[in-house]
Amino acid sequence: MKPKKCSLATLAVNILVFVVLTIIFIVPFIYILLMASKSSKEAALLAFSLPAKNLFIRNLMDVIAYGNFRMFRALINSTVLTVASVALIVVFGSLFAFVAQRKNDRVASLAMGLLLIGLMIPPAVVPTVFWLQKLKIYKTMFGMVMIDVALFMSFATMIFRTSMAGIPRDLDEASFIDGATPLRIFFSVILPLLRPAIVTVVVTSSVNIFNDFVGPLYFLPGAKNITAPLTLYSFISQFSTQWNLLFANVVVISIIPLIIFIFFQNQLVSGMMGGAIKG
Amino acid sequence: MAKKVLVLLVIVLLPLAIFAAGQAEVKKAGPITLTYLVASGSDQIQARAAADGFMARNPDIRIELELRPGGGDGDNIVKTRLATKEMTDFFYYNAGSLLQALNPNETLVDLANEPFMDVIDDAFKTTVAQGNSVFGTPNQTAMGGGILYNKRVYERLGLSIPKTWAEFAANNEKIKRAGITPVIATYGDTWTSQLFVLADYYNVQAQIPDFADRYTANQIKYASTPAALKGFEYLKEGYDKGWYQSGFATAKYDQGLEMLAKGEGAHYPMLSMALANIDANWPETVEDIGFFAQPGEDASKNGATIWMLSANYIPKTTTGEKLEAVKRFLAYTVSPEGISDMNKAVPPAGPYLIKGAKLPDDVLPAVQDIARYIDAGNSAPALEFVSPVKGPRLEQFCVAVGTGQMSPLEAAANYDRDVTNQSKQLGLPGW
Amino acid sequence: MGKKSIHRSLQAAYPNWFYLPGVLTFVVFFIIPTVSAFYFSLTRWTLFEATFIGFENYVAFLSDPMLSIGLKNSLIYAFLTSATKTILALPLAVLLTSEILRFKGFYRSVVFFPVLVSTIAVGITFSILMQPNKGVINVALRALHLPHFDWLGDPRLALYSVIFVDVWKGIGIATVIYMAGILAIPQDYFDATKLDGGFWIRFRHVIIPLVRNSTFTIILLSFMGGLRTFDIVWAMTGGGPGFASDILTSVIYKQYQAGFYGLSTAGNVILFVLVTVLVLPLRTFFSSREIEL
Repeated sequence: MKPKKCSLATLAVNILVFVVLTIIFIVPFIYILLMASKSSKEAALLAFSLPAKNLFIRNLMDVIAYGNFRMFRALINSTVLTVASVALIVVFGSLFAFVAQRKNDRVASLAMGLLLIGLMIPPAVVPTVFWLQKLKIYKTMFGMVMIDVALFMSFATMIFRTSMAGIPRDLDEASFIDGATPLRIFFSVILPLLRPAIVTVVVTSSVNIFNDFVGPLYFLPGAKNITAPLTLYSFISQFSTQWNLLFANVVVISIIPLIIFIFFQNQLVSGMMGGAIKG
Repeated sequence: MAKKVLVLLVIVLLPLAIFAAGQAEVKKAGPITLTYLVASGSDQIQARAAADGFMARNPDIRIELELRPGGGDGDNIVKTRLATKEMTDFFYYNAGSLLQALNPNETLVDLANEPFMDVIDDAFKTTVAQGNSVFGTPNQTAMGGGILYNKRVYERLGLSIPKTWAEFAANNEKIKRAGITPVIATYGDTWTSQLFVLADYYNVQAQIPDFADRYTANQIKYASTPAALKGFEYLKEGYDKGWYQSGFATAKYDQGLEMLAKGEGAHYPMLSMALANIDANWPETVEDIGFFAQPGEDASKNGATIWMLSANYIPKTTTGEKLEAVKRFLAYTVSPEGISDMNKAVPPAGPYLIKGAKLPDDVLPAVQDIARYIDAGNSAPALEFVSPVKGPRLEQFCVAVGTGQMSPLEAAANYDRDVTNQSKQLGLPGW
Repeated sequence: MGKKSIHRSLQAAYPNWFYLPGVLTFVVFFIIPTVSAFYFSLTRWTLFEATFIGFENYVAFLSDPMLSIGLKNSLIYAFLTSATKTILALPLAVLLTSEILRFKGFYRSVVFFPVLVSTIAVGITFSILMQPNKGVINVALRALHLPHFDWLGDPRLALYSVIFVDVWKGIGIATVIYMAGILAIPQDYFDATKLDGGFWIRFRHVIIPLVRNSTFTIILLSFMGGLRTFDIVWAMTGGGPGFASDILTSVIYKQYQAGFYGLSTAGNVILFVLVTVLVLPLRTFFSSREIEL
């Protein structure tokens, strides 16, 4: 390695990168926080300026209390939706990938091919509403969970399958010859070794499902079914001019993704790179 | 093997458990709670007043307002929720063609035989009827659709009320020279863009008295009728002559009202229900706002286009004690107590269509302006109250013309096609 | 005999019923609606009853300029977002993996964070930043005496303003994929060029050819994503002003809301076909040119 140079050019590049990336990527978030701290009169000016008086906490409280604590309902709904969908995605997807990767026969490639369609083609909206109604699960949390499982399973299964390839076949064969049942092999041998892939799938799908706007918009209408991103949408149509509360709402619904980001940044990044892995 | 069964069970039961959790609703004792879907903005103010007045007199019933956007977006939400049986216990919605598009015989409770319907004016009933069934009761008053203007601007510039479009255009040039926005446009809320077209209907029917019937029967079109095309041409003229304020393409309804109230804009083509908003947000200015009918070609045929009252409707999904409770609410809104409660909270925006109800003496100046057109016999209901045919994309075509993207003729032709689609979807005869 | 029976019994370690929960869910909630879409797109449909009307919906969709504008805009949108992300993310990734930059972890987080924020929240924030009179972007441009625009209100600009925000939000993914590609390049390749060339030679002759796989992935992902986008357009312009920024998915949504369920579904089928016709060949083309490092 060459010794670290601290030339003028290096310094200039560093400063330039700092300024450009800060303006482009950080300023919008600072703006959100500033606006969320203002009074509604001040926020109406839309200026990038410090609030005369910091009302951040009060605005957050107002947003949370608005409409009989609708925000709580939304956060609970979003959490239930996310947790349930992700749990099923992990179980269904890893079972699928386990058999598909190990057998690697015609059935397996057919099944994987079927799932690949889901990676490419967007869902058919109105027919899905129609079938949900037929099954009597339209506008139910259950229906929404199953839709999300179907829509996000393809990606998860791809990741599991790639990860399965790295687990030596000898391990499951050995325990099979020792008399373990397939389920036992799956749960006590395979699943623990899939752990990194599971974390990746959990983190990426929970961010995507938590932030999903289109799914609940179509398949989970109704005031009691409101989810986090939809609070914002109904807010703009109702209070087009209370920007301070609108931005406080942005802050509230961004808290959970922010927490996920802080704790799982590396898994998230590797999960997004998982998109690079071919099925 | 046992384990396999167990896991299978878990896999099957987990979704079921979630399903059950979603279904289980705790039955609450105590007052009946009704949900009431209304558009945000002016409708919301009106509905809030009615609900508060009713709850004060009926402590056993609670009414929760649920808000939806206005305009086409809101129309579609109402349609979708009725079609998917996801409607609130009752809702507040337009009469006329928009009601017809809801397929009311299939989706709404027939109120024709309710005792409280007797006091309602027959002219109103026809706008909320299909066949022999009547579906709605009015909330407050009818409205004028035309030009709301700032009287202080008119006084300062020495302008007089225009009777023809040419006079209106001349006023606008003077206003513009004085550094004030002549015409406020707020295309960020797309529904507000339609007024120049819809409020021109008085002028259309003055020239072609049977327009509505021929329009319903698919015999006359906007694009091929010069009188009907005028509304679209007005939108274009406003754009070409720079009458609209800067940033109008994304401005919101509330911003438009503020401009009008503060005299930053002179004219706002709007429905008189906007007066309730101005009264709520800028009460000191509401007396400065006046109304005049959208001027046409001929000064001798100047008159106002009237919007029938929006009404309260009950979806068929509401039954049992909730249905009874909603009916009590409807009876209240057309009773003398109800009307006087509501007048205290919200100034009336036009004439009543309830027998025996009179406008108070201290009614707003703009409402007096509207009443003068009606009393003189110079008014006609808007097209949507005399024909069941209206296309869902009119507001987008209006925005496209008002932002210079589309010629009036192109927009009218496209709108005609939109209307055809809607009529086919509704299965209207003759389309 | 012995060997075969062991093989057969080993197959029993991977029972086919493991596919069942996943396949069942996928078929019921994705495949059946998708297949039935082809039928419903040929009907006038009220959700309760469907009247067969042949290709009328398709004719309406493709002949009505206000519906087909969505098709054109979707193509522009998908092409421009994927091209811009690909072009901008590579230099950014090179920078964020270079030796001279400090605080690389911090910058990586900064570029990546917008990926995680709700698209609706991003859309609303930018629609306010882009307000024509008081919006921060125009205020800043005016202060610098630069030309300023009505970003979302000008029909000629609205679609491109939304594309800009899409790139802003999504470039983190492309950058991360490129960074992975760059870090996977064996050091030998750089050493070989170190003697006879500067930075540009390395960029042009080592990095660009050797991150080809990443480039393919980014183009594919963002192109598919672009065709499927809905929420950012809906939050920023609602497809407006007029129809200026309508894309296929926003047209599908509007027809759905207006109660034209058959027409909406026809739009959906057009979207399937478009994705399949464009993405499948691209995929095949790319996989034939992948490189092994």
